[in-house]
Amino acid sequence: MTAVNDKSTPQITEFVAFYSGGQSFSIEISQVREIRRWGPFTSVPHSPTGVLGVMNLRGSVIPIYDLAARLGLTPTPENPRNVIVVVMHGDQTLGLLVESVSEIMSVSNDSIQITPEMRADSGQTPIAGLINTNGGLTQIVDLSSIIRARGIAAA
Amino acid sequence: MSTLNSIRDTFFEECEDLMADLADGLAKMQSGSADPETVNAVFRAVHSVKGGAGAFSLTELVAFSHQFETVLDELRADRLKLQPELMFTLLRSADHLTVLIEAARDGTDVDESVTQNSAAALRVWLKPSSDAADAPASAAESFSFAAVTLDFGAFDPPSETANEPELNHYDIKFQPTATLFSNGHEPGLLFAELSRLGTVSSTIDLADLPPWEEFDTTVPFIGWNVKLASTVEIDQVRAVFEFVDGLCKLDIAVAQVPADQEVSQVEASPAPSPLPLPMRETVAEPITPAAEKPSASAKAASASSQITDQHGPKPTLRVELDRVDRLINAVGELIINQAMIAQRVNEMPVTTDSEVVTYVEDYRLLARDIQEAVMAIRAQPVKPLFQRMSRIVREAADATGKSAQLLAFGEEIEVDKTVIERLADPLTHMIRNAVDHGLESPEDRIKAGKEAGGTIRLSAAHRSGRVIISIKDDGAGLNRPKILKIAKDKGLVPQDADLAEADIDSLLFQPGFSTAQKVSNLSGRGVGLDVVRTAVMALGGRVAINSVPGQGTEFTISLPLTLAVMDGMVVSVRGQTMIAPISSIVETIRPATSEVHNVGPSSRYLSIRGEFIPIIDVASSLGIAPNTAPTEPPLLLLVESENQSQCALIVDEVHDQRQVVIKGLEHNYRSVQGVSAATVLGNGQIALILDLDAIAFQRNAPEAPAEAILPTHGA
Repeated sequence: MTAVNDKSTPQITEFVAFYSGGQSFSIEISQVREIRRWGPFTSVPHSPTGVLGVMNLRGSVIPIYDLAARLGLTPTPENPRNVIVVVMHGDQTLGLLVESVSEIMSVSNDSIQITPEMRADSGQTPIAGLINTNGGLTQIVDLSSIIRARGIAAA
Repeated sequence: MSTLNSIRDTFFEECEDLMADLADGLAKMQSGSADPETVNAVFRAVHSVKGGAGAFSLTELVAFSHQFETVLDELRADRLKLQPELMFTLLRSADHLTVLIEAARDGTDVDESVTQNSAAALRVWLKPSSDAADAPASAAESFSFAAVTLDFGAFDPPSETANEPELNHYDIKFQPTATLFSNGHEPGLLFAELSRLGTVSSTIDLADLPPWEEFDTTVPFIGWNVKLASTVEIDQVRAVFEFVDGLCKLDIAVAQVPADQEVSQVEASPAPSPLPLPMRETVAEPITPAAEKPSASAKAASASSQITDQHGPKPTLRVELDRVDRLINAVGELIINQAMIAQRVNEMPVTTDSEVVTYVEDYRLLARDIQEAVMAIRAQPVKPLFQRMSRIVREAADATGKSAQLLAFGEEIEVDKTVIERLADPLTHMIRNAVDHGLESPEDRIKAGKEAGGTIRLSAAHRSGRVIISIKDDGAGLNRPKILKIAKDKGLVPQDADLAEADIDSLLFQPGFSTAQKVSNLSGRGVGLDVVRTAVMALGGRVAINSVPGQGTEFTISLPLTLAVMDGMVVSVRGQTMIAPISSIVETIRPATSEVHNVGPSSRYLSIRGEFIPIIDVASSLGIAPNTAPTEPPLLLLVESENQSQCALIVDEVHDQRQVVIKGLEHNYRSVQGVSAATVLGNGQIALILDLDAIAFQRNAPEAPAEAILPTHGA
């Protein structure tokens, strides 16, 4: 996410944008490993809110998070058109269940807005910034807080 | 910096190997089957540790290994006789060297007085004359790295008349092989080292030089005949060539007639290698004279140095564990993929003799071969682990004033690397126990008609797809009345309990049980055999005790060969397919309704063979919707849990048994209570592997809220 914060030079960063819970979200393309069709997963006991279970990604066991539910929105209804965005966070691989992937955007860094109150405690806000799109906005998802957010660990 | 660190890491990795060689050699010497080469190997191991340690300025390690090496050198030169007391010192020194290496690696401090004592114990074996000369301070100087910066400009005339010691004359024939150069050795440096020992003169030996048309620039043909006049002994001369042993043709002989002191002309060298030949009039720095002159034994030694050591360990390759694990993962996938394809082919309308069926069968066999080969990469012999145990026995014997020896069997047996690593602690504990509690005091042993020194037999063997490790002492055996009494005193069993022998033995594994009447600094630290049992169970193993009064006690650990694959029973719980590890399952039963008893509002007990065993619903313990309409009677898995009590777990269905590839949940997610890992089924779906112990144990503890479990990856 360093590229996002670096505003000194107008750099172009690519984002994958998708819909979840009726809102638009995006993740830097370098963090996205692949986009998979919705498939069956195995639920895991004692899971926190928004953790649907685990699935098999070519031999790795990866957790599936319902992005909308993690953000406190209405849990994503089951739909065969849902997709799973497989992302890397550090050396962790995880899947985000979203309603649909909309586009890949090239965004200049100076059109990324990091609102002060979001920055203040970015550790707890699952949104790292906002991107102004033609007439709309998309929210940049902060993966670390999606993983850490309430329900998984209080700390 | 990182390069230095990685070299440092390599050094410590090599130290592990060297210490293994050292332990090996010492064991041979102890058993009396040592030949001169064994002593040499032991010497070389210590010498190499010293060399590496010098490069990293680990002064304590250098000083101590130098002391150690000096004694070994005396032994090697037959000036010291191998006797039990010396053997004792050598073994203790090897132990201390290990401690020093570990301390240097981990950056911790070692109690200096211990080092002093160990060094003093070594010095006892050195003659007073050589004692002073071998003070640790000179160790660093005499270390060969210093030779690189040696000043060749010193042209002081030889001062052999000034110092009284008798000059020895050596004829050294030295011809390097190509390997010597490719290993990075420099004849020039060797000569420089020689020149420190005394006056050196050399002639080129071109006898092997082929005709021009056959000349091969990659093969060295040049040899040197070096005449050395020095006060040092032949061993010290040989030590110069220590690191090129086997990489050159070397013949060191004591010259019968004193060689000419004249400096012979160094012939112009047509050598393909641009070697500096700094052999003109170099003069020795003052060398500490050694007490004795070379004798017949030295000649014998020189003869042995001509034998090039061709046999050695099989070539090996150091690979990052990560890469192996990736390979294992991929092979796990291959196995699953193979199962999926086989399943699809079976569903296809093809005859069993069709080609595709044959190919699928070939694929299955190939996949299995690959899996076995890959698993073998992670397998390592238990030898290093066992070697560490003999050190534990010595320490434990010292601390308790007992005399004990360890006999190891089956050191070549291979087990998964992780199993070996995680077995070290429990095994250490059991070995200490065996010495501390198992063996009697020497007086009691003599009274019982045994040898004063006890024996602990540590063995490894394969048995029906598992590895059996046994620790057997020849002590007094378990004192069952005492164990029972302690258990009653501690309230572990009712006062009026009348237990069978095996049940009494198993009391030892109860948490908080310790038979040590006084707390020794060895065992009895509040952790008992229950910790051992937990650790072994965590590896999918079991521990058993067998004891005969007056003859000793045997602990047997049975372990799976690998942690990557295990035998599981496929069950379903509320429609979810799960795997129950077979190692914990005693049996599966569908009891009669009359055998299930309700106790209180929610508990149920199963009556089986005169005992009442608690029944636990796996689904509700995992937080899956509780069984509202229980099927009567339930299907039960009878499992033996951690504290050896039995427990019956309710599952909905039992399907079959199969080998499953274990995949951790922690890496991408976190650990989950009641689940030990996951696996991938033939249909590509993930099935959770149940942690039966945790599920059985949970009945006593209130369910921890999910929030309380921290993720393993915080950031």
